[in-house]
Amino acid sequence: MHVFADPTNFDAYVSSFLWILKLTGASAVLALVLGVLLAAMRVSPVPVLRGFGAAWVNIFRNTPLTLVIFFCFFGLYSTLGLSLVDDLDLNNFWLGVIGLSAYTAAFVCEALRSGVNTVPAGQAEAARAIGLTFAQTLRIVVLPQATRSVVAPLGSILIALCKNATIVGTIGLMESSNVMKDLINSNGDAVIPIFLVFAGTFAAFLIPTGYFFGWLANRLAVKR
Amino acid sequence: MRMKRVAAAAAVAALAITMTACGGDEGNGTSSSGAKGIVGKAESQKKLVIGVKADQPGLGLQTGSQYEGFDIEIGKIIAKGLGVDANNIEWKTTVSNNREPFIQQGTVDLVVATYTINDERKQKVNFAGPYFIAGQDLLVKSDSTIAGPEGLDGKTVCSASGSTPAKRIQSDYPKARLQQFDSYSKCLPLLENGQVDAVTTDDIILAGYAAQSQFAGKFKVVGKTFSTEPYGIGLKKDDKDGCEKVNEILKAAAADGTYKAAWDTSLGKSGKAAPELDTTKLTNCGSV
Amino acid sequence: MSANTVLYDHPGPRARVRNALLTVVFGVALAGLLWWVYAKFDQAGQWEGALWQPFTEGATWTQFILPGLRQTLFAALTGMVLSLAFGIIFAVGRLSERRWISIPAGAVVEFFRAVPLLLMIFFIFYGVPFLIQGPVPAFWAVVAGLTLYNGSVLAEAFRAGIRSVPSGQSEAAYAVGLRKSQVMRLILIPQAARAMLPVIVSQLVVLLKDTALGYIVAFPELMQRGVNDLAANRGNIVAAAIVAAAIYIVINSLLSTLANWLDQRSQRRGFRAQRRIATGANRAGGVSVVEPQG
Repeated sequence: MHVFADPTNFDAYVSSFLWILKLTGASAVLALVLGVLLAAMRVSPVPVLRGFGAAWVNIFRNTPLTLVIFFCFFGLYSTLGLSLVDDLDLNNFWLGVIGLSAYTAAFVCEALRSGVNTVPAGQAEAARAIGLTFAQTLRIVVLPQATRSVVAPLGSILIALCKNATIVGTIGLMESSNVMKDLINSNGDAVIPIFLVFAGTFAAFLIPTGYFFGWLANRLAVKR
Repeated sequence: MRMKRVAAAAAVAALAITMTACGGDEGNGTSSSGAKGIVGKAESQKKLVIGVKADQPGLGLQTGSQYEGFDIEIGKIIAKGLGVDANNIEWKTTVSNNREPFIQQGTVDLVVATYTINDERKQKVNFAGPYFIAGQDLLVKSDSTIAGPEGLDGKTVCSASGSTPAKRIQSDYPKARLQQFDSYSKCLPLLENGQVDAVTTDDIILAGYAAQSQFAGKFKVVGKTFSTEPYGIGLKKDDKDGCEKVNEILKAAAADGTYKAAWDTSLGKSGKAAPELDTTKLTNCGSV
Repeated sequence: MSANTVLYDHPGPRARVRNALLTVVFGVALAGLLWWVYAKFDQAGQWEGALWQPFTEGATWTQFILPGLRQTLFAALTGMVLSLAFGIIFAVGRLSERRWISIPAGAVVEFFRAVPLLLMIFFIFYGVPFLIQGPVPAFWAVVAGLTLYNGSVLAEAFRAGIRSVPSGQSEAAYAVGLRKSQVMRLILIPQAARAMLPVIVSQLVVLLKDTALGYIVAFPELMQRGVNDLAANRGNIVAAAIVAAAIYIVINSLLSTLANWLDQRSQRRGFRAQRRIATGANRAGGVSVVEPQG
C-alpha cells in the first residue's frame, strides 16, 4: 500500500476516478435524452426519421467504442475544428462525453424500443381510440409503461457506460486506466495491490449499483 | 460427481500451466562450449529474438511483414557478430512499457528499440552500447517560431502517454499544455492541422517522421536538444558476457564501416551524415 | 406488439402534410449537416487522393488490413469459445447447492463484470508476468481479458436461461433416473442456450468489437495494423480509421443478421413461449445481460 501513501499518487488516483465519475454522469444524461429521441424516431410515422434512427443505431452499435472516441478527437476536433473549451483536458473530456453519449444512446434506444414492444398492443389501441395523437400515445400511455420494464437493461447500460469511460483515456485524459498503467510502470514491485485498488474501486461502486437496479426493476415491474 | 470432476480437471490444468511456466527457461540454456546467455544461445540454436519498435520510421518501422530502420540494422550487425544469419532473427514488436519485462522474462533475447540507458532501468536489465546519443527535441511546422522548449509557454505539445519526454515536459515546462497519445504517429496529423504546436520526443525519432514522404517539407526538427538519451542494447541483467560481446561487435562495426553503412541505408536517407560512434563511451556491462 | 402499426393511425390528409413537412425539414437539415462535414473534411484535405491512394494498393490490404483482420477474428473466435465454456461452468457453479462452490463462483462473476476490460488487459499484460515469472503474449492478454469479462456476462445469461426452464423438465428428468449432472447437461443447458440465443449472440458481437482494445498492448489486430501501423507508414490516420470502422460495421452487421435469423428460426420452431418465460425470469431476477462494453 506504500504506493498510495505517496500523496502525488493518491491525488492521481482520486482525480482519475473523479474523471470517470464526471464522464459517466454527463454522458448518462446526454445518452438518455438522445436515446429517447432516437427511440421515438425509430417508431415514428416519418420514414426519414425512422431511417436516421436505424442508421444511428446500426453504425454506433457495430463500431468499437475506441474508434468512436477516436473519431470524436480526429474527426470532430482535429478535422472539423470543433473546439469546445480552451482547456486541453476539459476539451478532451467533452469530446469523450460526445463519443460516449453517441455510442450509449444507440443502446438506450434499443432498450427502449424493446421496452415499447413489451407494452400490450391494446394499450396503444385504446389510446388511439380516445383520440390521442402519436406523440400523446407515446408520452402518456406507452413510454411510462415501457420505462418500467427497461429499468434493468438501462441499469446494465449505465454500468457499462461507467466502465467504458476508461476508453476516453486513449485520447489522453488521465483517467483510471492511464493512471493505473503509470503507477504499474513506476512501481513494478506493487503491481497486484495497484490493480486490486483500481479494480476494487470499480467493483465497490458498480456491484451495488447492479443490485440496486435489480431491486428497482423488481419493484417497478408492471404486474400483468 | 460432475462438479468434482470439473474441479479436478481445473486443478490438473492449473498444474500443467505452472509446470510449463517453470520449464519455459530452456531457450536460454548453455551451449556445447559452455557459454551462457545470448552468446550461448546464438552458438547452440543459431537464432535470436530481437525486440524492436514497429511505429518509428527510420528507426524501427514494420512495413507489412518486414521491419526496417536504423535499430533493425544495428540488430542485424549484432546478430552477424554472434554468428546468426539475418534470416534467423525473429523480430518482435515492443512498446516502451514492455521492454524490461520482455528482457527479464526471456520473451526477447535483445532489445534494440530507442532504448535509453538510465540508472532505473540498469537495476532490471543490462545495457550494451550506447550505439547512438539522442536528445529530446521538438518537431514543429516549418514556419513555426518555436525555437526551443522555453518557447512552449501556453503552447500545446503532443507526446506519448507516460513516456519520459512527456514527464520531462510536465516537470520542467509546466506552462506547456500536454496532449498525450499511445503512439507518436497520432501526434503528426494534429501538428499538421495546427491543433498542437509541437511534438516532442528524441530528435532522431522526430527526424524519422519529418523525413516521411507524406510530410516532406511540412515539418522541421528544432535542433536544440534538452536532454541526453544514450541508446543502449538491452540484455538480461546477469548476461555480462553477452553484453561485453555486443560491445566488441559495436567497436568492430565502428572500425570497419558497417556502422556507417547501417546509418546510410536507414536514417542517412534523410541526408543527415552518419554520427561518429564513440567507442570509449561504451558501458562497462555492470562491472563495478 | 408491432410498434410501427399500432402506435399511430393510417395518416389522414393533415397528418400526411405534417409528415411530409417533417420529412422535408429533417431531410434538409440532415443533408446540410452531411454537406458541412464533407466540406470541412475537404477543406482539411481529408479527401486528398494521396491519403486514400494506399487503399488501392494490394500491399496495404495484404500486409496491414487483412493480417490485422485475421488476428482480430482469431482472437475473437478463441475468446468466444473460451467465454462460452467459462459462462457455462460458472453458471452451473453459481446454481450449485454447495455454498462453497456457488459463493466463489458468484463472486468471480460479479467481480469480472464490474471491472473495465481496459484495466483487465493492462493488468494481465503488465502485471501477471510478475506473478507467473514468465511473459504473457499480447494475444493471450487480450483473449484472457475478453474471456473473463464476456464469460462472466454469459454466465449470468446462462443462469437466467437455466432458471427459466420450467421445473417440470428437471423433475421429469430426475423421475426417469438421470443423475444431477445429466439433468444439467442433457436437459437444462440445451434449453437454456436456445432460450438465450439472441442474448448470447449479441454478447459475441460485443466480444468481437472489444478485440479492438488489443491495440493498447500492441496486439497486431485490425486497429493496430490497419489504423496505427498503416498510419505510421502512410500518414493517413483519419482515412485509415474510416476504412477500419467500415470493416467492423460490416462484420458485426453480418453477425447481428445471423443472430436475427437464428432467432426467427427458433421462434418458428415453437420456442417462442419459452423465450417469453426466459426474458420474464430475466427481468424478475433483475439480471439484464447485454452490456455494451467498448
